[in-house]
Amino acid sequence: MADFDARELATVDRIVAGLADQPGALLPILHGIQQELGHIPRDAVPRIAAGLNLSRAEVHGVISFYHYFRQHAPGRHVLQVCRAEACQAVGCEATEAHARQRLGVDYHGTSADGNFTLEAAYCLGNCAAGPSVMIDNTLYGRVTPERLDQLLRQWAALQ
Amino acid sequence: MSVRVYVSRDAAALALGAGETAAALLAAARATEQDIQLVRIGSRGMVWLEPLVEVEVDGRRLGYGPVAATEVAALVEAGLFSGADHRLKLGVVDELPYLAKQERLTFERVGLIDPVDLDQYIAHGGYAGLRRALAMSGAQVVQEVTDSGLRGRGGAAFPTGIKWKTVLDQPAGQKYVVCNADEGDSGTFSDRMLMEGDPFCLIEGMTIAGIAVGATQGYIYLRAEYPHAQIALNEALAVARARGHLGRDVLGSGKAFELEVRMGAGAYICGEETSLLESLEGKRAEVRFRPPLPAIKGLFGRPTIINNVISLASLPVILAKGAQFYKDYGMGRSRGTLPIQLAGNIRHGGLVEKAFGVSLRELLYDFGGGSASGRPIRAVQVGGPLGAYIPESQFDVLLDYEAFTAIGALVGHGGIVAFDDTVDMAKMARYALEFCAVESCGKCTPCRIGSTRGVELMDRIMRGGQDRAPDLKLLEDLCDTMQYGSLCGLGGMTPFPVMSALKHFPEDFSRNR
Repeated sequence: MADFDARELATVDRIVAGLADQPGALLPILHGIQQELGHIPRDAVPRIAAGLNLSRAEVHGVISFYHYFRQHAPGRHVLQVCRAEACQAVGCEATEAHARQRLGVDYHGTSADGNFTLEAAYCLGNCAAGPSVMIDNTLYGRVTPERLDQLLRQWAALQ
Repeated sequence: MSVRVYVSRDAAALALGAGETAAALLAAARATEQDIQLVRIGSRGMVWLEPLVEVEVDGRRLGYGPVAATEVAALVEAGLFSGADHRLKLGVVDELPYLAKQERLTFERVGLIDPVDLDQYIAHGGYAGLRRALAMSGAQVVQEVTDSGLRGRGGAAFPTGIKWKTVLDQPAGQKYVVCNADEGDSGTFSDRMLMEGDPFCLIEGMTIAGIAVGATQGYIYLRAEYPHAQIALNEALAVARARGHLGRDVLGSGKAFELEVRMGAGAYICGEETSLLESLEGKRAEVRFRPPLPAIKGLFGRPTIINNVISLASLPVILAKGAQFYKDYGMGRSRGTLPIQLAGNIRHGGLVEKAFGVSLRELLYDFGGGSASGRPIRAVQVGGPLGAYIPESQFDVLLDYEAFTAIGALVGHGGIVAFDDTVDMAKMARYALEFCAVESCGKCTPCRIGSTRGVELMDRIMRGGQDRAPDLKLLEDLCDTMQYGSLCGLGGMTPFPVMSALKHFPEDFSRNR
């Protein structure tokens, strides 16, 4: 239980108790936990399983199936870079390469300063103004490598 | 008398700075002591003009765009709020050819009204469809939908009325309406624009569906990548509930319908309806075997209508104006209109709603204005990552489900992604297989293993240095296995982009890299 403190435990239990009666409650519960804790800690799995009368394997299977759910704490911000066709058509590969180089990590990695976790997105729905990136819940269009530098500076300053 | 000024709150406009522009407008109005009323709207769909600022003068909305926040002060100084001339002035927005040439039925209100203002929605014809449906029997409503010729706009193009009839004919008991808002196809954003720009339209459409087949609970399964749509939908749902347009007694009819937004979690496969249902049930989104159809055993094993956002959002106009009105648009067996999305390397990207029958060339050049880079358009991909690549020689094909099938392509969800002549089509074929490998649910072997083997094969073909003929033959065999052996469209249709790229652009497959 090393990385799982009493506060997190209480958060998980509260979210599970609040949503367990909904039909198909598991995804709303996982969303709720990730929204509050930034990720779904490993030690949350048995609590969720008990609350929904599922096996731990079933809960783990769902968490690991979906790209969105993360099992480890992310950086202070999550940078999603769109890799889909419409963004490729306007040169997102340069933006992608620049993001990897600037942050010094590949997809799913977190920059050494802890500011950004880099993720790939497969369409952010901004296909007429690519290349697109999303930082946390803020979407940006026409993101060239230069523009990405601006955004990274701006968001790093936010902390 | 305050001047009405309109700026979009659509995600694409915000991504280009509409939020900053709106704030700058308010600040400039304060600084110059002018009284304005800023209305946040959906997007008109002319993405290259965003942030678009509209000013209402003498009852007409004059457009200026694109207006960066840094230009606002000077623009206001020049007389923006009285509609003064300026190099960014576009004229009366409704008269811009891009809009004037469209046939907006489903998107009638998007970009015109405050998306979460129910009174404006009603003033612009909203809820007339539901009121008419409430005066009809369920069977009559289903017949009306069947007669309209509406086919599933998510991409499968299955007749909506027939799906509904199956649900209607199931014995009474708990039934569901599920909206597939997991718009994962690259090059598509019409669902997002509709949900952000006119969420009541989707809510009304789903209510009509529920009333028609006796379903009392609806779910909108929304992809996690759409936080702005989530906000707009939840705002609208709260208003609809508070005003009796949802709940135990919809518009005093004595009929119940409740609606909830459920968030997806970044799995493309959830666009496939049976995996979406698994996900809604709280499980891994693995595709189900069929039969049974979702219409018979769907969500939680109950009869379920599952339709795409645009299919459901087309119902209010169909019910309000009648099946014949809708059916009069279109060609052949493709009736009505399709909100088409122009994306990728295109000068005038955005949303174009047209009746079926418009040519690809007209869309790409008359509306789209050619490529954004100014280079020739070499290929377009229509219908998302599982859609075929279409070469310039086929740009005269008309937008029609059957005409596209005849050339080995698909209309899908109406997304068109343009590529200029710098595109490497072998790389795009490799990407299609890579995407399938990333997004495969893993249930069936042709998709799970085939996609990975396909990426390896493409790597070898692209590297070169050996006889490519056996590898190309192997690629063809692999695609054949995936197409005919996969459980659902992900594995089954990934061969379309791969094989169409190889067929139309073989030169890209014979170059060493």
